[in-house]
Amino acid sequence: MNRINQLFEEKDSNLLNVYFTAGYPNTADTRTVLESLDASGADLIEIGIPFSDPVADGPVIQRSNEKALAQGMSLKLLFEQLDGMREKVKAPVILMGYVNPVIQFGIEEFCKECQRVGVDGIIVPDLPLQAYLDDYKATFDDYGIRNVFLISPQTSEERIRLIDEKTDGFIYMVSDAGTTGARKGISEAQLTYFERIQDMKLKNPRLIGFGISDHDSFSTACNYANGAIIGSAFVNSLSEAEDIPTAITNFVSRVKNG
Amino acid sequence: MAVSFEVSEKGYYGKFGGAYIPEMLYPNVEELRQSYLQIMADPDFQADFEDLLKNYVGRPTPLYFAKRLSESVGAKVYLKREDLNHTGAHKVNNTIGQILLAKRLGKHKIIAETGAGQHGVATATVCALMGMECIVYMGEIDMERQKPNVERMRILGAEVVPATSGSKTLKDATNEAMRHWIQHPTDTHYIIGSVVGPHPYPDMVAKFQSVISEEIRKQLLEQEGRENPDYVIACVGGGSNAAGAFYHFMDEPEVQLVATEAGGLGVDSGKTAATTSIGTEGVLHGSKTILMQTEDGQIVEPYSISAGLDYPGIGPLHAHLFDSKRGTFLSITDDEAMEAGVKLSKLEGIIPAVESAHAFAALEKMEFKADDVVVVNLSGRGDKDLATYIKYGKY
Ligand SMILES: Cc1ncc(COP(=O)(O)O)c(C=O)c1O
Repeated sequence: MNRINQLFEEKDSNLLNVYFTAGYPNTADTRTVLESLDASGADLIEIGIPFSDPVADGPVIQRSNEKALAQGMSLKLLFEQLDGMREKVKAPVILMGYVNPVIQFGIEEFCKECQRVGVDGIIVPDLPLQAYLDDYKATFDDYGIRNVFLISPQTSEERIRLIDEKTDGFIYMVSDAGTTGARKGISEAQLTYFERIQDMKLKNPRLIGFGISDHDSFSTACNYANGAIIGSAFVNSLSEAEDIPTAITNFVSRVKNG
Repeated sequence: MAVSFEVSEKGYYGKFGGAYIPEMLYPNVEELRQSYLQIMADPDFQADFEDLLKNYVGRPTPLYFAKRLSESVGAKVYLKREDLNHTGAHKVNNTIGQILLAKRLGKHKIIAETGAGQHGVATATVCALMGMECIVYMGEIDMERQKPNVERMRILGAEVVPATSGSKTLKDATNEAMRHWIQHPTDTHYIIGSVVGPHPYPDMVAKFQSVISEEIRKQLLEQEGRENPDYVIACVGGGSNAAGAFYHFMDEPEVQLVATEAGGLGVDSGKTAATTSIGTEGVLHGSKTILMQTEDGQIVEPYSISAGLDYPGIGPLHAHLFDSKRGTFLSITDDEAMEAGVKLSKLEGIIPAVESAHAFAALEKMEFKADDVVVVNLSGRGDKDLATYIKYGKY
């Protein structure tokens, strides 16, 4: 069974999904960050494939992408770095990236590599549902790779139902209209949206992301979904870290326990 | 089966196009997709559009027989004078259309991206005209290079926001505009400045610009007794002026469509924007097209002497014209363009925009018969480029 499905079968609340950019802060840090997150108790781990034009990302992740690329990070190198990760890493691993680097790598080759190193899913914000169904799904399915879709407060109920029907993994709830990055707290309007989606009784589990940054926002999000996703706040903490494993243990513990 | 150059139901030209956008933009783009054809077909809309093009923009623009240039080239060369439009370029045809559309969609804020500032100025202009709030994203480096246009936009009441991410030029300004749209999904319309972006933008912008070739056909019939020229030549950044100039000729195989791209210092110099020469298929800013990119799929920063052609891709319609060989794509270096710009100035008393000068340079590279009818789309005037001409110096 795919590790994503298995995780949600074993645990359905307070799941912490942490995002970091591959090759950041330094090219050779990918494995350290990944293994430290796993050891610190992150339930899912999302690895960003750096891209020159990340339109869905805010300033923090943009800069981490730029730095990683400037230092020579690439998708090919990422798969080399992930080689053998399953000897240590237990958590489901999801790659998050824009569609162009994946297309250039080759869809089939990409899925093959994901399967080989033990990647369980992928999030491609600029690969829309219909294009995925028409041109990608069959290949992804062949290699057992889950594709995770985003929904936002503007997504219509009809479309959410369609995404729910076509998804097997989890649904990524973008917390409000925006790009990735810290926000100040969670607003009433956001809570109304969280409740609205909660009441839809979707078949897939849901994780809330974008703007989740600390214990407070994490706990609030967990009241309305199976868990939450932290990206920019974590990337920020990495950029300031003196010792990566220690910084990560502290970060995960602070988010989970306050 | 004949190749079609009309966009498909799903937004493709051949294998190019589509709408590769984050889900957060889906409702905006879908709203546009569902309504643009209907709104554009509405007689009231058409009446408003035509009225503004005539009385505000100054259309129709002349189709001018360039006698001395013709003698020099050895063919009958006509210039489509888009430089005579209000604001000095073809860009305004599109911004007039899109602002009327935005009003009908109930939007009251406008965002745009700009490179050289021409599209930014054309957007700020129509926003002033309609009393709408206007934010223009512009790469920090371009703001430095194109200061007068930054101030023009500000005088017109627009806010100019520097794009400080990535390479700080046009592609990054486009990224920032898209991010802004993600954050303001309900009250804001994004006026894209070329035939790029997710479907329906390439088709919508091409249709607004198609007034260029509609007029060419009528004017040529009056002046030459025939609707179809032998050649239409236009420069391609994203490709909006070329799309407009080609539009009504795409299904007329006897008309040769010639697109000129910015070769910069030469296609092999690493300093170029000649997308079809060195580009490959990929996805950027919402559509599948031909792009300048690395093996790893990272977008490569283009270079051209003309900020308006300094874009690492071309619109999906042009990718299809190239791929199907319906269009001929030529690469013009900085020097060839400047030389052609000076030549037009001396022979016809018209200083072209450096972008448009790339189209004129094609005349020097091609072989014509004496009775060939050649239409060159003079997409904009050169006033904004005086500093570039002065720096070039050879006049
Ligand atoms: C005068 C002029 N011509 C051409 C262009 C290139 O745009 P497009 O290829 O969309 O016509 C620009 C863009 O700024 C321009 O100002």
